[in-house]
Amino acid sequence: MSPDGAVGEVARGGLPRGRPASPAAARFPRLRAGASYLQVAPLAVILALFLVIPILTIVVVSFWRFDEYRIIPDVVLDNYSYLLTSAVTLGLYLNTLKYAALAWVLTLGIGFAVAYFLAFHVRSTTWQMTLFVLCTIPFWTSNIIRMISWIPFLGRHGLLNQALLSLGLVDRPLEFLLFSDFAIVLAFVHLYTLFMVVPIFNSMMRIDRALIEAAVDAGATARQVVWHVVLPLCKPGIAIGSIFVVTLVMGDFITVRLMGGGQRASVGLAMSNEISLLQYPAAAADAVALLAVVLLMVAAMMRIVDVRKEL
Amino acid sequence: MTRKTKGNTGRQGLSRRAFVKSAAVAGGAAIGSGAVRGFPTIWAQNIKNVTLRQFGTGVSNLNAVAEKCKQDTGITIQMTALDSDAVAQRAVTQPNSYDIADIEYWICKKVFPSGNLQPMEVKKLAYYDAIVPIFKTGKLTPDSVIAQGTAPHTVGFVEGKNSTSFAKQPTEWMTLIPTIYNGDTLGIRPDLIKKPVKNWRDLLDSDYVGKASILNIPSIGIMDAAMVCESLGKVTYADKGNMTREEIDKTMAVLTEAKKAGQFRAFWKTFDESVNLMASGEVVIQSMWSPAVAAVRSKGIACTYQPLEEGYRAWGGGLGLAKHLSGLELDAAYEYLNWYLSGWVGAYLNRQGYYSACLETAKKYMSADEWGYWMEGKPAQKDILSPDGKVMEKAGAVRDGGSFEERMGHIACWNSVMDENSYMIRKWNEFIVA
Repeated sequence: MSPDGAVGEVARGGLPRGRPASPAAARFPRLRAGASYLQVAPLAVILALFLVIPILTIVVVSFWRFDEYRIIPDVVLDNYSYLLTSAVTLGLYLNTLKYAALAWVLTLGIGFAVAYFLAFHVRSTTWQMTLFVLCTIPFWTSNIIRMISWIPFLGRHGLLNQALLSLGLVDRPLEFLLFSDFAIVLAFVHLYTLFMVVPIFNSMMRIDRALIEAAVDAGATARQVVWHVVLPLCKPGIAIGSIFVVTLVMGDFITVRLMGGGQRASVGLAMSNEISLLQYPAAAADAVALLAVVLLMVAAMMRIVDVRKEL
Repeated sequence: MTRKTKGNTGRQGLSRRAFVKSAAVAGGAAIGSGAVRGFPTIWAQNIKNVTLRQFGTGVSNLNAVAEKCKQDTGITIQMTALDSDAVAQRAVTQPNSYDIADIEYWICKKVFPSGNLQPMEVKKLAYYDAIVPIFKTGKLTPDSVIAQGTAPHTVGFVEGKNSTSFAKQPTEWMTLIPTIYNGDTLGIRPDLIKKPVKNWRDLLDSDYVGKASILNIPSIGIMDAAMVCESLGKVTYADKGNMTREEIDKTMAVLTEAKKAGQFRAFWKTFDESVNLMASGEVVIQSMWSPAVAAVRSKGIACTYQPLEEGYRAWGGGLGLAKHLSGLELDAAYEYLNWYLSGWVGAYLNRQGYYSACLETAKKYMSADEWGYWMEGKPAQKDILSPDGKVMEKAGAVRDGGSFEERMGHIACWNSVMDENSYMIRKWNEFIVA
């Protein structure tokens, strides 16, 4: 999506449609075309080197054979036939989709609420920006550190359990808090909510306040304003945030490993296992399949909301 | 191959070669000058300029060893510590990136046939006779039973200089000189476990539901799992180090059932994870490595490396020479290997709770009390210090598992790589997802 959009921008800049071409360009139409190609070239080269070629390499390697310590150039379908027939794959994808769905619902709910508060309840721009910057403070540390910090907090003898025990709310430590699906989704929500807040906040700030006044004048309740005016106008922001959250969760492996205590698995974690066991072709096949699934998901989202039209 | 090597060693290689030329003239003088600090070879002078690149796992790639080596022999050793997966990978895929490979014997079984290592001439190894017989005949004492798995002696020798097929008997060509080895067992928190732990099956005891852990490195985890299943009497194995598909299926079924019943709190993959799980009390019984137990204890938390009736799962590593080594560098490498076996390193490793290859030489560098504690299973007379001077055990302590003979004489199985390795890894992954 973003590369596509970026190329579009550059192309538009290079070919000023509708404006009269400069005299030199008019006399030498080839020069005009050449110049625009030249303008597109840096980005095209970068994308080709760092995106297209690596992905093609992954696709090629996914057809290779491997044994314990070697990968052997070949064209075999073993990697895919195991991938598509194994019960493990299904389990992995169901698990990963479950995390993605839960993380998406929760980040969307929290993200929308936070953005709504910032955009409509905080009146002064200074305070809006201050609070917005405040939201980004956790990003000053690495996301692994932020994740690991949960472990001593949620553990069997962790702070939360000690607090609950001493308050007499539970009579034995709650074990589901750590090394569980709960812990994994918690970490995802903690890590990725900001990716929802930012684009939704951006959309909300663009909403013409007159529309809301009109809705109120027409007798809409606050809830109706949110549901019928704010929400539809935030769709592009929600779509962009959703793309961030869903793609990040679908490709994650470290959160699942650390917060799941190695007992839970996701597609990304399976891939990382395969890489560590030198099964690059199998990992490549996994990556191709995951890429296809995620692209389909993104395409579906883009179909529901035309992000570019509504921006 | 040669050209590649030159390219890789780069500037350093050139200056080295230039040095060799001038050194050849000085060669006679060097012989005349005789012993240089106890390591008399004709190359002793120029060896000082040699740099050898060694890589391996963190357990034995210790900077202290490189520093001492520089001091004693003049040879510079550049150490690179990697995790075991990366070690195997590098040994095979980047043969020119190292001069000395510090690998485990089961990795050797796969790496040596790839032709990236060269065997060493036994007659150039000064302390060959002192090497513990486990690495030559597989038997600690003449009447020992050879353990299952990839026993080091089965991959310790090849037929000839250019051979890549392993010899059944000791030959003149050794693949690795053993560095460190040990027997692994379960670690427990004696303060949180009330009843005695005696067998591998206790890992799945119902008292420890939600408080057990197993390591998630398939090739090693499967062995611990097999020890448990055999102890439970649920599976019998012809060779735990080389299981059939049926045996793998049965083993994983037992583990999967336990996992679904909530037996395991977590699976660990790194040393630090195992220490944290145990120290935080999330886990009270788990597969563990000896220095991890020491690390938990150093936090003032009770932790026992519990000897079990069925015996230990053993592992061992060694140093191998890269194929591209030749001339002065090869001589320096032999010099290094001989220095390695000459005792100082052995004592250093023994003091960390591992075992070294040549016990006699190591003994000279240890006090009688240290030797008694680490090797003979005697109570410590004074505080036992780690190599960097920290108190590891108080006076009066006795080592878990007793003497060297007691531990290494009870090896049930060696770490190994199976013929059905790929199948096993798939099954292991299914178990993790289950």
